[in-house]
Amino acid sequence: METLITILIGVLVTVAVYLLLSRSLIRVILGSAVLSHAVHLLLMVMGGLKKGSVPLLGEQAEAYTDALPQALILTAIVISFAVSAFLLVLAYRTYKETGLDDLHELRGFTDE
Amino acid sequence: MKINDVILQTVTKLVVFIILTFGVELFFSGHNDPGGGFIGGLVLSSALVLLFLVHDIETVEKGIPVDFKKVAAVGVLFVVGTGVGAVLFGASFLSQAFGHFELPVFGSTELATVVLFEAGVAMAVVGTVVTIMLSISEDV
Amino acid sequence: MNNIVVMPMVIPLLMGVILIFLRPFVKAQRVLSMVAMIATVIATVYILNLIQSDGILRLDFGGWLPPYGILFVADSFSTLLVLTTAVVTAIILLYSFSSVGPRYENMFFYPFVLFLVAGVNGSFLTGDLFNLFVCFEVMLLASYVLITLGGRRVQLIESIKYVVINVLSSWFFLVGIAYLYGTIGTLNMAHLSVRIAEVGQGPLLTVIGIIFLLVFSLKSGLLLYFWLPGSYSAPPTAVAALFGALLTKVGIYAMFRTFTLLFYHEPHITHTLIGVMAAITMVGGSLGAIAYDDVRQIVSYNVVITVGFILVGLAVFNEVAIIGSIYYLIHDMVVKALLFLLAGTMIYLTGKSRLADMSGLIRNYPVLGWLFFITTLSLAGIPPLSGFIGKLYIGQGTVGAGAYVLLAIAFLSGMFVLYSLLRIFMNCFWGETIISEDDEPPLRNRLLLPCVLLGIATFVLGVGVEGISDYVRDAAYTLMNPEVYVDAVLNDEK
Repeated sequence: METLITILIGVLVTVAVYLLLSRSLIRVILGSAVLSHAVHLLLMVMGGLKKGSVPLLGEQAEAYTDALPQALILTAIVISFAVSAFLLVLAYRTYKETGLDDLHELRGFTDE
Repeated sequence: MKINDVILQTVTKLVVFIILTFGVELFFSGHNDPGGGFIGGLVLSSALVLLFLVHDIETVEKGIPVDFKKVAAVGVLFVVGTGVGAVLFGASFLSQAFGHFELPVFGSTELATVVLFEAGVAMAVVGTVVTIMLSISEDV
Repeated sequence: MNNIVVMPMVIPLLMGVILIFLRPFVKAQRVLSMVAMIATVIATVYILNLIQSDGILRLDFGGWLPPYGILFVADSFSTLLVLTTAVVTAIILLYSFSSVGPRYENMFFYPFVLFLVAGVNGSFLTGDLFNLFVCFEVMLLASYVLITLGGRRVQLIESIKYVVINVLSSWFFLVGIAYLYGTIGTLNMAHLSVRIAEVGQGPLLTVIGIIFLLVFSLKSGLLLYFWLPGSYSAPPTAVAALFGALLTKVGIYAMFRTFTLLFYHEPHITHTLIGVMAAITMVGGSLGAIAYDDVRQIVSYNVVITVGFILVGLAVFNEVAIIGSIYYLIHDMVVKALLFLLAGTMIYLTGKSRLADMSGLIRNYPVLGWLFFITTLSLAGIPPLSGFIGKLYIGQGTVGAGAYVLLAIAFLSGMFVLYSLLRIFMNCFWGETIISEDDEPPLRNRLLLPCVLLGIATFVLGVGVEGISDYVRDAAYTLMNPEVYVDAVLNDEK
């Protein structure tokens, strides 16, 4: 299972890098979102996948799954959510100000 | 922009309450089970976003005259407040306490300060999500 | 349990939230944000003295003992930086009162400055690697807002670069954390230090260390500084000064922390790499600083040179050099703020930012001119100003380690700093006056006062260096002897 997820992470990173390298601003933002999902999966795999019961009170189990990676992932999701939202609004404002969403054309576009 | 989709509006009237109830349920179940302030807050805000989508912004703002930036701020205030509250009682920052109380209707009930913390998280999430939606959609 | 430790983060955070409700009341916002910063300064001074008497302080959040819970750890190094942050921010706030204007002040300017400070202080104080990531993000999100506030085109375009670069470096940070958790199984820094020492820093851990090096060099602008000059020259002066004084320093702090506490077993790989990167940074920064003729760009490239210079101390990795780096770090936070404020004031007064367009300002604004000269001397490391002592120690440490190439590059870059700033001084302050005395825009005292305060600060830091030498020595001692830190965090005698 770990191997499978690792391959999935690889695919996600590939997709994300492709998107990040493209010229369209909106694709770059989508790329950054996919990238962050890849790393969330990575955090989960690194913590070990489902080795025991749910780490909840009242579950009488021999072993519990490590809950820490999940806490980390939740925090990371919240942060990436905030950053993606900010980036989207930023891209929208930039588009409204300049009429451009192409990074090559935005380059050196400084006239006030 | 006024839209007038009767089916969508009628369904929304019903569905919004189901979503809101589900959000509250998720919020409370987070105490000992999967759920919690963040998830509950997201579901609550999805109900609000649905309202904004189906009706126009002015109508909803007339019905819910709340500045959602301030909702988010109140939420963060709750979160930091519970942390600082612990300091005032001489415990470590962010310590949580709980106790069992005899309440008139509910009988013996467990009350915990972590609910306040989670309520803060939920409010912060609702405020943020709705603010983001509004700031993108306001001038389309 | 020392709840005071969390105050440098909580006070700005709480005040920032309260200020959101006071959006229409700009006067109240000014007063309250200043109150918050002064309270932070007082709390930090108290912590600093407590550390001298009681040793390193720690606070376990919610009473969860390390290594299970997250915690704040205050040692001399982090507290000194927190103190400098608070003082510099207070002075920059003073400048912003009369410079940013109501258009920004109504748009939550002060809350976000306070959030930025909360994030910076949190990053300095945290004792948990993931918490460091979270505090970084708090700081970065606040900085994203501050850099775009106002929404001029150049700001928007520069901030896209800035945000995407930081998203990418945060991504690498998470990758590093994931790998580290997968290998070592903990994220508490002291616990990590113990376990890495136990299992030995094998190739795998060294690679993880280099991932962290990559992350922090993106954040601090070590070698990977390509985003820095553009982003730092876009926002208004007060914000640029905050960025120049604080943001890169957090990356530098994180690098010092990780490479003295966690990955210090293979210095011939990691620290050599840092040395090479620092050298290239100084060369690149120097080239940038003399190549441009836009004041803001020159000033931004000076930030880059300094990053390289401070990390020379970490690269040679002995106690003398680390002492030098700490002195220079504190000095640089003060003087870079001053430099950015002065450059911003010059641009505000003339309305131009190119060297060729300004001339003879010293006749119109003598105090501004002499302040700029003092800043130049201080950055070049002329005694008795504050840059001298740090340069001396770094030089001494580098000689002690026999790293003569690094020494030569470090001091040559100092020459380039001097040259690039003197070029501004000669071009803009000397020569024919272009503004006649009748229609010169008045330089209000309220703009000049913060600059004068920072100028006094660099002088006092230089002359009164004895006053902080105990703290700095203690900080360097803790950095060079990680067992002191580990012992304070993991041994529960309290």
